[in-house]
Amino acid sequence: MTNRPITEDDLHAYVDGVLEPEREAEVAAYLEGHPDMARRVAAFSDQCDLLRKALAPIADEPLPPQLNLSRMIERPRRHPSFLRWAVAAMLMLSIGGLGGWVMRGSLQASPGGLAALAQEAAYSYSVYAPDRVRPVEMRASDSAQLVQWVSNRLKQPVKLPDLTGSGYRLMGGRLIATSHGPAAMFMYDDDRGDRLVVLTRPMTSDQSAPMAPHSGGDVSGFAWADGGMGYSLVGQAAAEALRPIANEVRKQARTI
Amino acid sequence: MNDMLRLIEPVIPALRRYARALVRNRAAADDLVQDCLERAISHWGQRREGDPRPWLFTILHNLALSQFRRSARRGKHIAIGEANENDFGQDAVQEQKLMYQDVLDKLARLPDDQRAVLLLVAVEDLSYADAARVLDIPVGTVMSRLSRAREKLQQEIEGTADTVPKNVVQLRSMK
Repeated sequence: MTNRPITEDDLHAYVDGVLEPEREAEVAAYLEGHPDMARRVAAFSDQCDLLRKALAPIADEPLPPQLNLSRMIERPRRHPSFLRWAVAAMLMLSIGGLGGWVMRGSLQASPGGLAALAQEAAYSYSVYAPDRVRPVEMRASDSAQLVQWVSNRLKQPVKLPDLTGSGYRLMGGRLIATSHGPAAMFMYDDDRGDRLVVLTRPMTSDQSAPMAPHSGGDVSGFAWADGGMGYSLVGQAAAEALRPIANEVRKQARTI
Repeated sequence: MNDMLRLIEPVIPALRRYARALVRNRAAADDLVQDCLERAISHWGQRREGDPRPWLFTILHNLALSQFRRSARRGKHIAIGEANENDFGQDAVQEQKLMYQDVLDKLARLPDDQRAVLLLVAVEDLSYADAARVLDIPVGTVMSRLSRAREKLQQEIEGTADTVPKNVVQLRSMK
């Protein structure tokens, strides 16, 4: 006997069967002398048993075709399902409708350029961020080529924001078509899998504009323009959580 | 590639069980599992060596969490009491089925963070350390939540819990 007092944790570990044999014997001996505790521990074990039995049939069900892993591995780059596109289209409609209205409100001081950029960023987010298969065209491992490619297409040096300090890793990026020409989209995610999008393109109006919040649908973000280039950061976090990240992007972009 | 199949495939039934116990809707749960598997395939290189179960449960749990947060932001409640009875065990005899349904209803009334711990430890057999990893909380917190979950569920089972109105349990952050 070690004479260590029996703790609440010991009792749960006893129920879960994860104690060392010696300790398990000590707990068993303790329970013999404490029938009230023994009843409680027995009740916890019964609970476990009941829960397992109640949930067991789910694990015994045959897997639906959508969860066929071999097929998912063989075709990792399959096109997003019809459903996903339908959802993306619906999101775009709701952002275009409701979102457009909200954006008009918050970006009234700068109609035209910045509002359009904010909307393009929101569209890009709702189409590409939910894509679990191919959200980006070039991955982070090819970031040098990505930067060169988008800089060539935008005819501007584009700086790739590094958001690791804010807890977001670069996933990669792609070129986006807008009515104002090509834009570069970069996507990031954090440990929870939450994604952010940074969109940048040369501005036709609003060559320089202060940072303004925008929101629509279930995304929000910030847009601004500096020296002819427009930027918008979009995510699903609350706008205030995105503000420091937007500040960081702006700071880094200024050091080109 | 073969590794991926060999290591992930046997875990899929358990992932479905956990997802269903969290969201209580077959289609929504399987969508979550599908997202989880796609993510696991594309991030296969980022897993740690060893048992892939904690890693897979972490992905699944985080996806469920961000889905809950999105729904909450849209102001849409996922009422976890509104499960379709047919979503649970189909071939158990009727009386047993009712008993199982009853304990699952009671499980649904636990706070989300407590329910998650109880499921991972008592049903999915994760070690306390692995459960802590999945939920991104210290092991001490796992133990205190486990203790509270078991006490609360026992009160529910014995009918001594404060009567909580049904169907209003809302999914909050599970931290």
